[in-house]
Amino acid sequence: MNGLFYIASMIAVIATFRAVTGANAVHSLLYLTVSLLASAAIFYSLGAHYIAALEAIIYAGAVMVLFLFVVMMLSYGPGQEAEEKRITRPGTWAGPAVLAGILLFELVYVLIDRELVPENAAAHGPKAVGIALFGPYLIGVELASVLLLVGLLGAYHIGRK
Amino acid sequence: MLSLFKTAWGVFLRAFEKRVTVSYPEERPYLAPRFRGRIILSRDPDGGERCVACYLCAAACPVDCIALDAAETEDGRRYPSFFRINFSRCIFCGYCEEACPTYAIQLTPDFEMSEYARQSLVYEKEDLLISGTGKYPDYNFYRVAGLAIKGKDKGEAENETPPVDIRGLMP
Amino acid sequence: MQGIIASVLTIAFVLIALLTSSAALIWAERSLLALWQDRYGPNRVGPLGLFQPVADMIKIFTKDDWVPPFADRPVFVLAPAIIVITVLTAFAVMPFAPGVLVADMDIGVLFFLAMSSLSIYSVVLAGWSSNSKYALLGGLRGAAQMLSYEIFMGLSIMGVVLLAGSFNLNDIVEAQRNMWFFIPSSGLFIFFPAGLAETHRLPFDLPEAENELVAGYHTEYSGLKFGMFYIGEYLGVTLIASMITTLFLGGWLGPVLPPAVWFILKTGAVIVVFILLRASLPRPRFDQLMGFGWKAMLPLALINLLVTGGIILALTDAPVFPGGGNAEPL
Repeated sequence: MNGLFYIASMIAVIATFRAVTGANAVHSLLYLTVSLLASAAIFYSLGAHYIAALEAIIYAGAVMVLFLFVVMMLSYGPGQEAEEKRITRPGTWAGPAVLAGILLFELVYVLIDRELVPENAAAHGPKAVGIALFGPYLIGVELASVLLLVGLLGAYHIGRK
Repeated sequence: MLSLFKTAWGVFLRAFEKRVTVSYPEERPYLAPRFRGRIILSRDPDGGERCVACYLCAAACPVDCIALDAAETEDGRRYPSFFRINFSRCIFCGYCEEACPTYAIQLTPDFEMSEYARQSLVYEKEDLLISGTGKYPDYNFYRVAGLAIKGKDKGEAENETPPVDIRGLMP
Repeated sequence: MQGIIASVLTIAFVLIALLTSSAALIWAERSLLALWQDRYGPNRVGPLGLFQPVADMIKIFTKDDWVPPFADRPVFVLAPAIIVITVLTAFAVMPFAPGVLVADMDIGVLFFLAMSSLSIYSVVLAGWSSNSKYALLGGLRGAAQMLSYEIFMGLSIMGVVLLAGSFNLNDIVEAQRNMWFFIPSSGLFIFFPAGLAETHRLPFDLPEAENELVAGYHTEYSGLKFGMFYIGEYLGVTLIASMITTLFLGGWLGPVLPPAVWFILKTGAVIVVFILLRASLPRPRFDQLMGFGWKAMLPLALINLLVTGGIILALTDAPVFPGGGNAEPL
């Protein structure tokens, strides 16, 4: 299971990197999808089967398709690809990259003397997640659903105009 | 919503109906004797060519697919020296048959004339000419026409009165 | 080691069976359509025309595998593979008979939903990468249609999950020993149209609507790549049909005959209904399709879920909060 975790993590890191650096929007989105699927695989290898499935259904299967839908509607051509390359030349992203590098160093430093992967993590099936959500975290779930409802109504209101 | 289910049920019941397809090469359709198919040139009951090369079929043809040239034998019979029908143009309208004064050109109940090479659809006289009489077995143009040919002088045709002697005084 | 060999054999068996059956489906669909339209259908190649798929395959293999110069090449090549891969992967959780399944997952239903949602990419990417207006419109329609109907599909399954108390398809089949689930849960009537839309089959084939969009998202495809879409469609039909069998019609349960035969019989019957709908129903307009989804299917799916949950609560004395200690709401 550990090997699976490392392979999936590697794929996730590389795909995310390509998603950030790619000039073609649709190719970047595809890399992002691969990255999300890889993180679903990571969740699965860690025993969180339910979250893995939700990650694949909601993020890879629905949200990314919506993104793709929007990108498809934009008239996207080779000219814009050149434009994208122009505005993302090294000077633009050097600063953020250095800052992110420092953050990464700190993260690695924090994790370095801890166990990276819980070796014998118990598999959490959907039942355990459901009991947790509708047991101790019921109010959190309800609040989140109210928030989503508000978002839905807001989108509807804006869409009417 | 209910109508959709009714439609689907109706379509399902079609499974028990007879199939209307005629499986053609095994199962031949009935073709009427006057079906307008492949064109032929027929002969007299005594074996001579009926066609007198009058060009009426070529003139009647709406797509100009008939070409011929007239010639005449020593005994006075006209015949086409060549007779060519381009079946890649022919629309099988049958106007040539209607125009023909001698029943020579006829359309037959045969439509299986597919070819791989387009040039093969140009039929020459030897392809068109059959040895029979076609749809009119007893008709013989030269036996009913007033034209004099060798072996049949004026006035000798069927139902023909002898020619009037224009120099005589008798009525 | 023996376990690995056994699972490799199972995978090979399932793959061969699926690909053969989807090839046979091409013949079956054409013959059934012909039967309902008073025609004969394919009857020239081999006995009863049974070798027609073989002839089609030879044709598709020998065709020019052309990528349009204006297309986005890598995505264009990737798109047809996605549909076949996702649909075949979704079969991994399908219990064909007791013990005959590739992966006994405790999230089987969710895995199926995830894979069917990933298959949308095939249509969308094919439409986008072709760089043609018809294909793009087909891809847009496909994305909107499949994304919407997936929601109702998921909701309609949840009634079954409630009744069985598990996401595991094996457990769901076992839970139907007394009664097939399409009786207590009417989710079948929501799952079925959603499945039609998900596989973009007639009458919901708007992404390819040949009389408006040439061939929709696969307009620019030819040869083997088109063949992938073609096979993918039939695999999708088989997937939805076997899913309906497993979830609502008792899976491999049945008297006398062996379980696998029951599974094949039930799946075949569902596929025949799929083809019957293709033969009989006209294609709706796109706004009608979306209106039907959001205005009729979504409320029905929610009501179905509510009623099923209520019935379960009324009939069983299961605790409202099965966590035990937290029976009182916070």
